[in-house]
Amino acid sequence: MAAAWETVIGLEIHAQLATRTKIFSSSATAYGAPPNAQANLVDLGYPGVLPVLNGAAVRMAVMFGLAIGARIAPRSVFARKNYFYPDLPKGYQISQYELPIVAGGHVDIVLEDGSTRRIAVTRAHLEEDAGKSLHEGLPGITGIDLNRAGTPLIEIVSEPQLRSAREAVAYMKKVHTLVRYLRICDGNMQEGSFRCDANVSIRPAGAQEFGTRAEIKNINSFRFVEKAINFEVARQIELLESGGRVVQETRLYDPDKAETRSMRSKEEANDYRYFPDPDLLPVVLDDAFISGVAAQLPELPDQKAQRFSTQYQLSGYDAQVLTASAELADYYEAVVRELGGSAKLAANWVGGDLAAFLNRDGLEITASRVSAASLAALLRRIGDDTISGKIAKDVFEAMWDQRQEADEIIAARGLRQITDDGPIEQAIEAVMAANPKQLADYRGGKDKLFGFFVGQVMKAMQGKANPGRLNELLKRKLGG
Amino acid sequence: MHSATVAQLSLGLQQGRYSATELARGLLERIARAQPALNAFISIEADSAMAAAAAADARLAQGGAPALTGVPIAHKDIFCASGSRTTCGSRMLANFVSPYDATVVERLRAAGAVVLGKTNMDEFAMGSSNETSYFGPVRNPWDPGRVPGGSSGGSAAAVAARLVPAATATDTGGSIRQPAALCGVTGIKPTYGRVSRYGMIAFASSLDQAGVIARTAEDAALLLGAMAGFDERDSTSVDRAVPDYRAGLERPLAGLRVGLLKEFFEHGLDPAIDAALRVALEVLRGQGATLQEVSLPNLPLSVPTYYVVAPAECSSNLARFDGVRFGHRCEQPRDLRDLYERSRGEGFGAEVKRRIMTGTYVLSAGYYDAYYLKAQRVRQLIAEDFNRAFAEVDVLIGPTTPTVAFGLGDKTSDPVTMYLNDIYTIGANLAGLPAMSIPCGFVGGLPVGLQIIGAHFAEQRLLNVAHRYQLETDWHLRAPEAYR
Repeated sequence: MAAAWETVIGLEIHAQLATRTKIFSSSATAYGAPPNAQANLVDLGYPGVLPVLNGAAVRMAVMFGLAIGARIAPRSVFARKNYFYPDLPKGYQISQYELPIVAGGHVDIVLEDGSTRRIAVTRAHLEEDAGKSLHEGLPGITGIDLNRAGTPLIEIVSEPQLRSAREAVAYMKKVHTLVRYLRICDGNMQEGSFRCDANVSIRPAGAQEFGTRAEIKNINSFRFVEKAINFEVARQIELLESGGRVVQETRLYDPDKAETRSMRSKEEANDYRYFPDPDLLPVVLDDAFISGVAAQLPELPDQKAQRFSTQYQLSGYDAQVLTASAELADYYEAVVRELGGSAKLAANWVGGDLAAFLNRDGLEITASRVSAASLAALLRRIGDDTISGKIAKDVFEAMWDQRQEADEIIAARGLRQITDDGPIEQAIEAVMAANPKQLADYRGGKDKLFGFFVGQVMKAMQGKANPGRLNELLKRKLGG
Repeated sequence: MHSATVAQLSLGLQQGRYSATELARGLLERIARAQPALNAFISIEADSAMAAAAAADARLAQGGAPALTGVPIAHKDIFCASGSRTTCGSRMLANFVSPYDATVVERLRAAGAVVLGKTNMDEFAMGSSNETSYFGPVRNPWDPGRVPGGSSGGSAAAVAARLVPAATATDTGGSIRQPAALCGVTGIKPTYGRVSRYGMIAFASSLDQAGVIARTAEDAALLLGAMAGFDERDSTSVDRAVPDYRAGLERPLAGLRVGLLKEFFEHGLDPAIDAALRVALEVLRGQGATLQEVSLPNLPLSVPTYYVVAPAECSSNLARFDGVRFGHRCEQPRDLRDLYERSRGEGFGAEVKRRIMTGTYVLSAGYYDAYYLKAQRVRQLIAEDFNRAFAEVDVLIGPTTPTVAFGLGDKTSDPVTMYLNDIYTIGANLAGLPAMSIPCGFVGGLPVGLQIIGAHFAEQRLLNVAHRYQLETDWHLRAPEAYR
């Protein structure tokens, strides 16, 4: 039955802009300060105070717009979104409504089968964040922390073109990569710097009209996005197939119970009474400003992946993996530069062993325990036959755990590869002597046993034999 | 000394003929004596005033002090002043002590002025009679049975009664000019953006503008010069040099093209006021001005337009008064909703509530286009009418108010009648234009105001016309009998 339904998803991503100060005040935006230590009179909404727009936030929004090929509005307008809530000090949020700073644009995502889909972005607008209500450790009262109030956000609204939870995650990850490339958002999801609302509906496969949607608010991890959407889709299918109907409402995802539940229905929704904020002038951007920002855009993920494919002759997959973040790409390029080539070897290591260790320890590439120069030094030892690729894996683990250089470990553990014929021949002879039956079988035509002998000799030599020499000598000896 | 102008006091202080301390003490006594009858002040700040006066005297003794050093003034209680109670005429802020200075307050202090107190006003500047103040109505010094006008009724009454030579005020729909007219004093509302709104508690942000109430145009020029100018804390303040307003005062009026606002002289204008205005116009003509009638066809739409735009903005601006961070909070709130409803219900008076409700309504889904958006379009048409007029004339002249001061309680039962009192003043706010009201006669012993409206940033020209008129007349020098 499930195949009869098509899922329709649109995401509203909130990315906190990495400005030093707030969007309309001079308070700092750093995370983790004691409650209200970063809330000045403007953030507190004191009588008589006025907002003053932070130009850095405007510039960042323009960067994002240019990066997704959107139109930058020559004139955009801040509007007030009016509603009462204790952590909304002015009783309204300053946002953009009818005239957002960024309109149109698109984000390309790569699906699991390697195909690409282009997801249209409706708009992206600037707005201020609200504060936080605190309940923990405050029995019977609600605390208000306004440190976050006035933090600049860009809200990125996609068209309802995503067709599965996985696509939604791929899109969100791509936007995450993009904002980090642009250095306009730190991307920290635990701290709420990057989060999304998901609009989810289903319709009979092939239908033109959209079904009634539910909006799942404030999801702050890729994993939760996938789980929340999958739960919601299943819920809606079950509802419709049991003769019920989906009501338009706002829902919350509860990660502990892995379910969404109703927060408020459409009828209970606020009438936000948007109108242009008379305290702020329209944001007017001329072509010179916009082209100035365009000229300073960094290389973007898609461009970089394209360049990696051609410059380093990598597969599309490798190129994608290595450009997932600008820092990872920089690391990879530093390794290749140090090595003076061996781009494919470097790609295997950066995308393979290194990525696995980073993942195991939950580290970002910038916190890698093995530097690009050190990794290059290790790979150089594979290239010059000092060690085998297999030994290199052990050396890498030691480098990671003990923070030592490859050469130190190779020397200390005596891992240098043996290429002289003498010791290899000695080991071969010893193995042949110890395994007369296998030797007889091999000589009797059981070619497959060659591998057995390779393994035994390697084992006897603690893996240090040069694989090439070993093969050649073993063939000769076994042949009698 | 209480009848001396700012210009005279400035000179006397600089020459050492009297001290700032003497002046402040004398006027504080006068204020205290007048307070029971007029109720012009919400806070009389004797201690800080005497300290500021002593500091001014020290500065004067050093020589080279700025012109306003030691000059006593009062601030409308809408301006936040650090350490000073700033109530905005409301129970909501009855105990609110501002932690910071408004730009206007900061600049006048830097210019040396000594603040004697905070003047009474309509609650949150919403009113035309000063009867909506939580601190009780202000009485008109010319007749205690009548209103002083509003919302800057306290500032106008204080200046008229010679309690201070000048006071700050604000004007959203006529709140400087209408009380100036009804109290027989001089008031100027500058171009929108000329004076910073930072620290001035917002009523309708796109219309609010700070200005001055004084007895003479020259004094208004002195104070405005100190207040005006770009402020990076107010995005709507304009980065444009402030001229020396006093320097342009004497310019002859020969060749001045005066437009008579046809729509203002038509319906509803008291014939006696019309007559007083005609006499005043002859004075200008006598100085070489030419008069011509000018029609602004959309101007009669000002009142309905204003009563959509201003409440819309106020409904949002006043949302911050929620009992959470400052201002009035109800006793023992049961829950969040109760906290909001009772804090706001108790903290705001009837007129403020009326406007919040009107504003909420006109911004609501389904009504926005019909009210708010349409009002903004009409506002644009009115502004265009003015622009066309200023292609032909230098200044526009008409009455400030349709009648002289009315009796206390006369119009409180019908808000629309009250709103119509602003019929002549609202246009300048909608178009962001500078406008003045100056005394030009009396009807039945009560002052009449003449309104002069100029093109954007034409303050200097307005002050010049007013000053030349005041050189030829003495209406502005007349004082109510009880306060001479």
